[in-house]
Amino acid sequence: MINQEISIDVKNLTKFYGDYPAIENLSFTVNKGEILGFLGPNGAGKTTTMRILTGFMPPSGGTAKIAGFDVVSESLEARRQIGYLPETVPLYLDMTVEDYLDFLGKIRGMNRNWRQKRISDVIGICRLEEYQSSHIGKLSKGFRQRVGIAQAILHEPKVLILDEPTIGIDPIQVVETRNLIRNLGGEHTVLLSTHILPEVSTVCERVVIIHEGQVVAIDKPQILSERLSGAERIEVDIRGPAPEVMSALRDIPGIREVSRTGDSDLSTYYIESSGGEDLREKIANKILDRGWGLQRLQPILMTLEEIFLSLTYREQS
Amino acid sequence: MRNTTAIAWKEIKTYFASPMAYIIIAVYAGLAAYYFVSSISGVLPEASIRGFLIPSTLIFTLFAPVLTMRLLAEEQKLGTLELLMTAPLLDYEIVLGKFIAAIATLISTLVPTFYLVLLLFWFGSPDIGPIITGYFGFLLFGVASLSVGLFASSLSQNQIVSAVIAMGILLLLSIIDMAADYVGSGFVEIVLQMSLTHHFEDFSRGVIDTHDLVYYLIFTSFLLFITVRSLESRRWR
Repeated sequence: MINQEISIDVKNLTKFYGDYPAIENLSFTVNKGEILGFLGPNGAGKTTTMRILTGFMPPSGGTAKIAGFDVVSESLEARRQIGYLPETVPLYLDMTVEDYLDFLGKIRGMNRNWRQKRISDVIGICRLEEYQSSHIGKLSKGFRQRVGIAQAILHEPKVLILDEPTIGIDPIQVVETRNLIRNLGGEHTVLLSTHILPEVSTVCERVVIIHEGQVVAIDKPQILSERLSGAERIEVDIRGPAPEVMSALRDIPGIREVSRTGDSDLSTYYIESSGGEDLREKIANKILDRGWGLQRLQPILMTLEEIFLSLTYREQS
Repeated sequence: MRNTTAIAWKEIKTYFASPMAYIIIAVYAGLAAYYFVSSISGVLPEASIRGFLIPSTLIFTLFAPVLTMRLLAEEQKLGTLELLMTAPLLDYEIVLGKFIAAIATLISTLVPTFYLVLLLFWFGSPDIGPIITGYFGFLLFGVASLSVGLFASSLSQNQIVSAVIAMGILLLLSIIDMAADYVGSGFVEIVLQMSLTHHFEDFSRGVIDTHDLVYYLIFTSFLLFITVRSLESRRWR
């Protein structure tokens, strides 16, 4: 990761609506080609941050740079680097898909040849072939969403900012849209906001969790769940006499609770430790000392839901 | 400039794809013909277009807001303003593009009245000067009215609200010269000069007075300027 190029650089970004801070001292970076998930409950400040990044409104404090261009002082240049899909897909309902894309190509300064080539490209990528001459107002929600994505990637922007791209479309289209977004990574840098957690683990390489306008965690989804769970919950398969194993496990200092399923000879034990201490080695040693069969020992990772709840809950308390 | 043309062209296409365009053109053509016929059917008929141009100022006080109400209000309602404002466009390019489109719709509404001018030449011998200055002055008056409409359209995402605001402002500016009879002597000139229709009268008689010309130019530029400001202010809310 030496000299990794940074596509989005946000430093101490703050935005007040009157006296109410929508976001406060938000800092994060997104590397080139990365898909970053922007996660938070409704009203956490996701849309506000995206609107600042896209130059729709200025921040009250802090800076944001898109591919090196400041969104305030070099707004036009920064906007040129961005493809943006707002939360409500901005469509002219009385235009056809082709006309709409052509118009957007024009106002983004694309010349005729480039426009024509890219329009047929994005219509293919977003699988809109059958509807390219249809009026947008006649398309279903899922297709409108695709048109929204098509306009965002039309001018081959370096940075894509997608605000809740899978909201309100049917499950099959959600999967298609996610695949589409995943394929965009590498070439484009993608910042994707959502409050749907599985989306983040399937699509994103890294996650920023924000709550009440502040960053509460930034990391890879797997690392986040490991870091947060530590070895607090462990699942072990042990071959040995169940009552003795149970009591031996309970004797290990730091273990709070042990429960068991399975038959008396081979059982799965669920162990919860009280502290943040990693007890895996102690458990393994104990079992081997007693001559039982250790078949599996695995920390239980927190799901993103649990991380999310624990983080946002901690913030509140 | 290319951005402005792109926006103007898009608006013009949208306007002529809607029934609104043809309804306005037809209704205005009908009204203009009615006023024209009644003006040349008197005892001493005059071979001029004043007969329909003077009442047209009132008609356009109502029509101009209808031509412009969609332009920025709908962008706000559909959320497409966000698309325009995050595209590499300057705010004035957006406003100017919309304004040029509005002027095109105004001209398209006036074109059918050329038929009345042809009738004048067919049956009489009109003076060409007042006809040209009449149209020229009316265009200036119309363009000024459209700028009020465009400004009103930037204020609300509701088209009806923006149309009503524009009609209110335009009606007030059209009838304000009537107040000249009631105000103190020092204010008479001010009240007259503020009136949008007052400045049109000279043009309709065949006179191009620079101060009328300057009035319309300043009026229109000022309204376009505050429209750009109004659009810009959305960024700061």
